[in-house]
Amino acid sequence: MAGKNNELGRQMTARWTRKDLLGLRDLSADEISFVLDTADAFKQVGTREIKKVPALRGRTLVNFFVEPSTRTRTSFELAAFRLSADVINISATASSLTKGETLKDTARNLEALHADILVLRHSSAGAPQFLADRLKASVINAGDGAHEHPTQALLDLYTIRERRGKIAGLRVAIIGDILFSRVARSNIFGLLKLGAHVTLVGPSTLVPREFEKLGVEVSYKIDEVLPRADVVNLLRIQHERQRREYFPGLGEYIRLFGLTKERAKLLKPDCLIMHPGPINRGVEIDSDVADGLQSVILDQVTNGLAVRMAVLYMCGGIATATSTLQACAPQI
Amino acid sequence: MNQLKENPPAAVPVMDAEAIRRALQRIAHEIIERNPQLEKVVLAGIPSRGVELARRIAGFIREIGKIDIETGVIDVAMHRDDVGTRPELPMVRASKLPLPLEERTVIIVDDVFYTGRTVRAAMDAINSFGRPARVQLAVLIDRGHRELPIRPDYIGKNLPTASREQIQVRLQETDKAADAVWLEKTMSSDAR
Repeated sequence: MAGKNNELGRQMTARWTRKDLLGLRDLSADEISFVLDTADAFKQVGTREIKKVPALRGRTLVNFFVEPSTRTRTSFELAAFRLSADVINISATASSLTKGETLKDTARNLEALHADILVLRHSSAGAPQFLADRLKASVINAGDGAHEHPTQALLDLYTIRERRGKIAGLRVAIIGDILFSRVARSNIFGLLKLGAHVTLVGPSTLVPREFEKLGVEVSYKIDEVLPRADVVNLLRIQHERQRREYFPGLGEYIRLFGLTKERAKLLKPDCLIMHPGPINRGVEIDSDVADGLQSVILDQVTNGLAVRMAVLYMCGGIATATSTLQACAPQI
Repeated sequence: MNQLKENPPAAVPVMDAEAIRRALQRIAHEIIERNPQLEKVVLAGIPSRGVELARRIAGFIREIGKIDIETGVIDVAMHRDDVGTRPELPMVRASKLPLPLEERTVIIVDDVFYTGRTVRAAMDAINSFGRPARVQLAVLIDRGHRELPIRPDYIGKNLPTASREQIQVRLQETDKAADAVWLEKTMSSDAR
């Protein structure tokens, strides 16, 4: 009997052993699902009388935003408060980066203050990876250049799963400025890993055919894509990144790719309309459509908090790789 | 797996399905005796086996006391005191309790009672939902080795153990195998 008992084993549990979250490209489908399941538990915390748990009590989180951002920083900050962590915010203008300190030196100084979790937004792709390789602290990528924005994609996936009950098999259209969008990249990796069908739509200058190599479809005809979509994710036209002209003008963009009231009539009644914000009303989306019944834009904001709580808890809650290595290393 | 087959650790059966059934039925009787206002009782299971045990105890109370009492789930992972010390993260599940908790009696239900740290975390979790009139504790097995001043109100079986021994509980619903409890003497290298 003893042998039999052992063969049956215990319940299989999902595994999470990462100290950093740098992008969705590195994660397996199981790991992504684990984050979404954990976010479910943290979303429930928001409904309690006391919306705060002691999970990260005594830990220090540094919000290090070298590129300006209000909503992502605020979301991480509130998530950290709800986990009982202490939070310091550092912005680019306030930091010594403007005085010529290198990124690595700034980060080492933060570590010398015993920061446990570093949430980094940076204009250079790979900056979070650079620091993750060098610091004992957990590093969470809050957007690096045009590379990845993993927590945004995770909250998009969470919102889709919450509303539609699944992700596999859904047809998701990502519309707009794909070339410059880290949100698009992280979404593409996550959606494909979880079995969705992804179509990118936009002007050919902003949606190059090269993206097909990732396993997505590319289309330049929005009116053909909309009727089949289960989810449309509209990306903001990033004026601040477009120093050169990628399309003739906003008027033409709206005419060809904007989700106008008329165009929204092509959508299936249960198709979800998403936008990572901040929205340019009247450009990529009409005001009425953004506020309509199919829009889940505000759900995305609420879910972002739960997803970021899950990510901070998961990366900050495990013994860091470095400390584990040190613990296991032979005594010399 | 092979290693386990060739070299199984010594395991002693402690309870079979019938013994578990009787223990839970007796706990149901005791809960009815000690709580005249049964309608105010909530059975809050700690995942995953505690949730199933709470469901079964509620079933016995329905049979014996002819009353449907409410059950809930109380997940303790985010209230534990060992954050940052684990190389692998345990699954966190959503808690679910009937609200408001004021003037109610919450009975925490778990399979094995050991150090008391899980129950402390469960009490903290309950407090974040509100302030119940009283909190009680029901466990299938009390194996001793308390590290905190906490004691169960309802015990299925007292089972004195050595700290290097392990209690394994298996339930049909959570483990897809016949109900059983057994004691394992771990011989693994991690036993200091």
